Amino acid sequence: MDITISIKKNVLVVSLSGELDHHTAKKVKDITEEAIKNKSVTNLVFDFTNLTFMDSSGIGVVVGRYKLIDSLGGRVAIVNSSASIDRLFTMSGIKKIIAVRPTLSGAINYLQEEIS
Amino acid sequence: MNNNMKLEFLAISDNEKFARTAVAAFITQLNPTLDDIEDVKAAVSEAVTNSIIHGYKNISGNVYITCTLRESEAEIVISDKGCGIENIELARTPLYTGSKDSERSGLGFTVMETFMDAITVESVPDKGTTVTLVKKINSPSPSSL
Repeated sequence: MDITISIKKNVLVVSLSGELDHHTAKKVKDITEEAIKNKSVTNLVFDFTNLTFMDSSGIGVVVGRYKLIDSLGGRVAIVNSSASIDRLFTMSGIKKIIAVRPTLSGAINYLQEEIS
Repeated sequence: MNNNMKLEFLAISDNEKFARTAVAAFITQLNPTLDDIEDVKAAVSEAVTNSIIHGYKNISGNVYITCTLRESEAEIVISDKGCGIENIELARTPLYTGSKDSERSGLGFTVMETFMDAITVESVPDKGTTVTLVKKINSPSPSSL
């Protein structure tokens, strides 16, 4: 699991490459929370473009960080284009609270839209 | 087609990827679709993770997998000799987790039920748990080759 942290247009982008399961989830959690603490941004994008596998542990990681960001007044979006990962999002109901977009620019644009 | 393999490995999270990858490699003999392979990998990953964090509660033990290939289906049996499940119905309830760790989504059994064609769970407290997963693999008919 490779994790890349960047900031694009005042949004924290956490890009994952590899397989997200129970074994790799803690590393993703720890690095993401450290970045949220250290960077002065409130919105978060999980970029799953280069994720080759995810199971329900990935849902736990995303929901846990959603709760943190939500408590800080921010919003979360996910970049994903994998059909198998999308089925997990649909099954879990996570799309009701977190936007999933096929591209990073789409996810960032979504977070920058005014909340009407 | 009738083939069989067995795996036994230490119940540590480092082996989760090994387990699902090994089972996926074995079932390729049935000519599964890529979706079939992803389904099996996800379900095996959930069952093995359950054995590690719930069955053995991260203490030492082994996980056992038997995979049997038949004409058009794969049967995968994943078992542990851990603490067992007191209430299987409750454990299978979507979003329920027996873990105090807030990172657990409570969706493991839901993934197995959604992605597999059949699942049975047998468990005896203090003896262990056996999860049997069946995935239908529809090999292309000779006329479509």
